[in-house]
Amino acid sequence: MNNEKDTGRVWSQRECRINFFCRRYNKRSRGATFPYPVYAAWAYQYYKETGIKLNYQSIGSGGGIRQIKNRTVDFGASDAPLKPEKLDEYKLYQFPAIIGGVVLVVNIPGLKAGKLKLDSDTICHIFLGDIKYWDNEKVRKLNPNINLPHEEIKVVHRSDGSGTTAIFTTYLSQVCPDWKEKVGAGKAVKWPVGIGGKGNEGVANYVKRLKYSIGYVEFAYAKQNKLSYTLLKNQAGNFVAPSIETFKAAGATADFDPKKHFYLWMVNAPGKNAWPIAGASFILEAREKTDANKKVNRFYKWAFENGDQIAIKLDYVPLPKELKEKIYRYWEKYGINP
Amino acid sequence: MKKLKKLPLSDLIFGLISFSAAFTILTLIFSTIVVLYNESSLAIHKFGLLNFIFTVDWNPVREVFGAAASLYGTLVTTILALFIAIPVSIGIAIFLTEISPHILRTPIGIAIEMLAAIPSIIYGMWGLFTLAPIMAEHIEPALQKIFGNVPIINKLFEGTPIGVDLLTASIILSIMITPFIASISRDSFNLTPDIVKESAYALGATKWEVIKDIVIPYSKLGVYGGIVLALGRALGETMAVAFVLGNKHQITPSLLDAAATITVTLANEFTEADSDIYLSSLFYLALILFLMSFTILAIAKFFLLKAEKHYRR
Repeated sequence: MNNEKDTGRVWSQRECRINFFCRRYNKRSRGATFPYPVYAAWAYQYYKETGIKLNYQSIGSGGGIRQIKNRTVDFGASDAPLKPEKLDEYKLYQFPAIIGGVVLVVNIPGLKAGKLKLDSDTICHIFLGDIKYWDNEKVRKLNPNINLPHEEIKVVHRSDGSGTTAIFTTYLSQVCPDWKEKVGAGKAVKWPVGIGGKGNEGVANYVKRLKYSIGYVEFAYAKQNKLSYTLLKNQAGNFVAPSIETFKAAGATADFDPKKHFYLWMVNAPGKNAWPIAGASFILEAREKTDANKKVNRFYKWAFENGDQIAIKLDYVPLPKELKEKIYRYWEKYGINP
Repeated sequence: MKKLKKLPLSDLIFGLISFSAAFTILTLIFSTIVVLYNESSLAIHKFGLLNFIFTVDWNPVREVFGAAASLYGTLVTTILALFIAIPVSIGIAIFLTEISPHILRTPIGIAIEMLAAIPSIIYGMWGLFTLAPIMAEHIEPALQKIFGNVPIINKLFEGTPIGVDLLTASIILSIMITPFIASISRDSFNLTPDIVKESAYALGATKWEVIKDIVIPYSKLGVYGGIVLALGRALGETMAVAFVLGNKHQITPSLLDAAATITVTLANEFTEADSDIYLSSLFYLALILFLMSFTILAIAKFFLLKAEKHYRR
């Protein structure tokens, strides 16, 4: 094994020095935009330690899936898991690599972050447009200590297709039958109310600017923009704040099943402290490319063993230990263990 | 071709090279149409032409797609942008050629050309971070106050002003196309022979009369040409409007409401379109935009040529 690693390194370095166009000899991959910062940071560190380059282009999950389907890259990444049937159809392997959380952010003047409590029912009906004012009875019931204003709720959502939207709408569809029936889940949906911002930064910008607005963004954006996030009631009935710990709790209690190629939406996880709107980013590999997969998996094994701190620094959540071991066993089962 | 044979070899080769360069354009346009048609064939087959054009619904979850909302947004923003940009640009051109002191002409002229060189994403980000808040806090509430009680017109300014709407997008578009119309108009105004203008002045015409009756009629065609060029640009502009239009597939009379244009839909949804029919519908939208721009520009060109002939006589 060690030998192989060394050969791989020398081979790759030599080719890089000789060929100006060294990309061809390195791993190429395309995919989701949501995990891009952490994959890029991992790849940089991996290159420094091993000399092997990884060329990850963030072109969106749709493009990532299409490229691996056509076998133009060594691996693809998707924010939404592919169903086992689809994986069989396209002849792909799939495993999660990193976890992130989607948080709700509000702009109510005078309200501090982490004060407003919401549950699945109120979020669902706010985004459906049924709850129109902040002092609605349902919201007031959850927040008896807050003096909520009689102001119209301005809903902000993503205008572009995104994994963040997929995670959020999947959550709403699972917890709220009305949402499932009227809107459904997907990377882009037909929003009943609200305005659209392009990208996480677009939504963050609107929520920051518009008084009495509510939106959903990735955790990192809420933190960086100092937006006031809300507490959410999880499946176990506890109000939890978004943090690395509660996302971790969601990852720990989510039941990823290797038999289904880890197909799972991590929303509404059952743990006591689990944040209810979390999601994993998935890696897709072509089943017939054993050698390429081994190389890619060597990178991910390295990342699982050494990359946790890098991920946390970027506000992503590393996979829990048990899940990493499940993935190693999955690789072994299919003979793509590095 | 007969003539070419008599030419020396070097000229023949040069002629062939320039011919193939020109021919590349035709090939490119033709292959673009073929690719767009091929990629959208699934959606064409499923939705048909008229059904697609007149369906407002755009629902990726249910896989129902229609172009009506995007088409509406494209036309409204383009028309509104021209409506704002044309008078301003012609004003700029008149000032630069007839009124401005010589010392100011070059700096202002260069500044206008610089506007055209700014990448559209910069306009987009500026729109999102700077213009949209100004629109939402000052201009749009003022418009609502002024027109709030005027019947019919008040329908244009209904809703909560947020700054992410047709009006903001049109204003950004108009800023983007102003340099095109202004610099082309300026150049055509400059072509008015001094002798004609001086004769008019000699007959006692005022500056206003000279501009109105001599300069503008004389250079009409050039101005039209600039407008056509700006129109093409406005129809296809993407990044500048993608950030301030909200990508909402709806047809609304209010200019203070979010909407979508074809390019905005493409920019927002292309990367994450994972089902085949979704992707195909996006290509179908692109095909429609291509044909629409082509038709509009062809019609404009046709009238331009007709006017030119009329003038020559």
